[in-house]
Amino acid sequence: MSFSFIKHETNIDFIGLRKYAFALSALMLLIGAVSLVMKGGPRYGIDFAGGVILQTKFNAPTDIDKVKKALEGTNLPGLVVQQMGKATENEFLVRTSTMDESSANIQTTATKALDEGMGGVKYDFKRIEMVGPKVGENLRGKAMEAMYFAILIIAIYISGRFEHRWMAAGLMAAGLFGGITALQYFHAPQVWLVFGALLITLGLCFFLRLNYALGAIVALIHDVLITVGLFSIMNKEFDLTIIAALLTLIGFSLNDTIIVYDRIRETRSLKTGDTLPVIINKSVNQTLSRTIMTSGLAFLAVFSLFLFGGAVIHDFALAMLIGIVVGTYSSIYVAAPIISSLAVPEVDAPAPAKGKTRTKTA
Amino acid sequence: MNRNLRWRVLLTLTVMAVALCLVLPSVPGIKKTPLGKFLPDTAINLGLDLKGGIHLTLGVDVDKAIENNMSSMGQDIKASAREDDLALLKPNLLPGPRLEAVLIGATKQEAFEKLLSKQFPNLRVEGKENLPEDRVKYLLSMTQDYKKYLSKLTIDQAVKTIRNRIDQFGVAEPDIRRQEGNRIQVQLPGLTDPERAIAVIGKTAHLEFKIVDDTVDPAAIKQGLLGPGRELTVMMQRGANGANAELPIVLKKDAVMTGEYITDARATIEQNNNQFAVSMTFNSRGAKIFERVTEENLKKRLAIVLDGKCYSAPVIQDKIAGGKAQITGSFTQEEARDLAIVLRAGALPAPVNILEQRTIGPTLGQESIDAGIMATGIAAIAIIVFMALYYSTAGIFADFVLLLNIVLTMAGLAAFGATLTLPGIAGIILTIAMAVDANVLIYERIREELRKGVKPLEAVDKGYGKATLTILDSNTTNVIVAIILYQFGTGPIRGFAVTLVLGIIMSMFTAIFVSRIMFDLYMSKRKADAPVSI
Repeated sequence: MSFSFIKHETNIDFIGLRKYAFALSALMLLIGAVSLVMKGGPRYGIDFAGGVILQTKFNAPTDIDKVKKALEGTNLPGLVVQQMGKATENEFLVRTSTMDESSANIQTTATKALDEGMGGVKYDFKRIEMVGPKVGENLRGKAMEAMYFAILIIAIYISGRFEHRWMAAGLMAAGLFGGITALQYFHAPQVWLVFGALLITLGLCFFLRLNYALGAIVALIHDVLITVGLFSIMNKEFDLTIIAALLTLIGFSLNDTIIVYDRIRETRSLKTGDTLPVIINKSVNQTLSRTIMTSGLAFLAVFSLFLFGGAVIHDFALAMLIGIVVGTYSSIYVAAPIISSLAVPEVDAPAPAKGKTRTKTA
Repeated sequence: MNRNLRWRVLLTLTVMAVALCLVLPSVPGIKKTPLGKFLPDTAINLGLDLKGGIHLTLGVDVDKAIENNMSSMGQDIKASAREDDLALLKPNLLPGPRLEAVLIGATKQEAFEKLLSKQFPNLRVEGKENLPEDRVKYLLSMTQDYKKYLSKLTIDQAVKTIRNRIDQFGVAEPDIRRQEGNRIQVQLPGLTDPERAIAVIGKTAHLEFKIVDDTVDPAAIKQGLLGPGRELTVMMQRGANGANAELPIVLKKDAVMTGEYITDARATIEQNNNQFAVSMTFNSRGAKIFERVTEENLKKRLAIVLDGKCYSAPVIQDKIAGGKAQITGSFTQEEARDLAIVLRAGALPAPVNILEQRTIGPTLGQESIDAGIMATGIAAIAIIVFMALYYSTAGIFADFVLLLNIVLTMAGLAAFGATLTLPGIAGIILTIAMAVDANVLIYERIREELRKGVKPLEAVDKGYGKATLTILDSNTTNVIVAIILYQFGTGPIRGFAVTLVLGIIMSMFTAIFVSRIMFDLYMSKRKADAPVSI
């Protein structure tokens, strides 16, 4: 009496579809990149840009124009007023950008303006947040560092775990450490450091032929970049919780990738004599139902958070939702096919001279 | 039931009992029931974003403290030199900080350098230059070690002073800790007025007594002609409408006394005009100094200067013995009380800046709790229904271990004294998904084996065996990510990382170990080849 969504023996030619998949991914990445370039980078929330937020709740009905008008004369830098939740809740987010004034002053200024300009409507600040520019800069650096470390450690773990090549993994760590130290020696800015580190990691994976790690990392970067791009298109702000969501989705997306890789490893060890693309196709098909199931359940749980979790956690849930969808797609269409694209000839099949020609013959 | 299974059931029941004991104290209202007496006191801590409160990050201006120290060392050098019959011009403080000291009499160089190395080992001579008129200019700087020592001392002292002030202010369970980069993090649960908290915590409270110079005429003040050894400050005056006005006042630069001798400070009401004031008591040394100063400056005005602003400047009518003084400055009751606290707790060794401030009001906190519970509940119900439909009996096993997983995660939070934040609740929701993930992996594997025609008992065995490795692998990467998150994150994010790690670890136990027990119990009652409900 139990169901299943996925037919037991699907036989989709994922490797054959990979050209379309790569094109789709490239398109998504491009759209995101264009949006980021046009908007001059991601839109940072106050955690990273510094500034002040006053979440203000009015006790009587009022509208956003009234609030804006009341605050207009204050000359608070970069003033933005946003409605929060439903219009009937009379809740607004007042945001200022720079931190020339101390937070206490901004609060006092806003209080005065609201007292005078709102015609005696009572209100209270449900949330006051002030982040100084220095802290913002610091947090930005830390966030970049965290992303980079997450990807690095996962690369080392996957190489060691899936290819039993801890030596190569260690070598990669050493190479990366050397490269970063060199970059630091020349006082490269932090963003460069992170991109440098990513390039070095990818390059080392390639030269050390750590194909599983390479596939996983490319898929992760793919997921993160597409999510960041979509956030930019939707004009959402980046703050600490979004970074937490991005890091979590790295772990999540990897979950699916590992399920697929695990099966590829298992099938290869059976020595059926199949070529690698065939093995990969079989493995992806065999694991398809669990990949869809686990992702679907995660989506279901996070969707509940998205709907009912409240305004504070809303964007976090949104980032996770996007990440789960993109991550599932990338495990199937990006991470697995990459292995076959990069593979060196192995015992599975009689060996032609170069890895790339082999996939073509498959 | 074989012995192995019995042992596993016993272990699971024990874990469940312990977990329940840890979680129950956090259920609201349970302390009042008869059961409350038997439960431990450790409830789950709620983060500031859930219970409301103020989070502050303070930057301590260590450079300023080092500068002050250097400046006072300059005065000490001059005094010591005089004792040794060496003539020294008053040392100048240069940026860096460095001291420029000019010695009169080039022949005295050796004696002066000996004095420096003997009495001021923390200074080193950076440069020396012969000037005309038989003078030698010395450039002095601090040793690196001493600078390090001073910064550590400054921060330690600042933490101590802030803790002192907060304790006196009366906040339940404040959290004050040092952070890297000369920062101090302060968490004040339950407080909602950040302005007042900052006024108490962030005030340097450097109290000085200075003599007022009333002879400088206002025209000269405007031109900035004050005369040597004078400084221009502002005098705070509260007008009738409660607004503060600042009037210029000229003081003699050198303080005749400072606040370091204060032993007690209280807010008082002045009898003649019902205004609030702060009364201070000095220790015996301070009392003596105060007596001498007032005696020497009869009929002059004594300015009471707090952090560079003058609050009152009464005329000294008589010498004041007994070591008591009063600051009047038309304070409100709250201001007088806070100032007394600050003076009693002592001055900060250096100014502090507010780098970050987050205040969550109690209503928002409660809203977040309600929304979090709602989202968790709905997520759990949706998944429970889905699993039961999709996997029948096996799905119900998964549902049971899912609930157990939530209880165990909460118990873990209580046991480790971890803090539950709003992102932490998101972590629990994710854990719900991950916990069933593990079961899904196992069940899909079992279904696959069954389709291959493997006998039920063997299929279950294989399913658990083969899926376990995959679960371990995928959970390891999640734990890695969560640990990195913990490293990088601030309060709320850390809460997320903690629940995620706890949830993943608990899910290994529940999804692999406990659900297997349920399967074994289920299978043991049936014939070996009866179909499995999965």
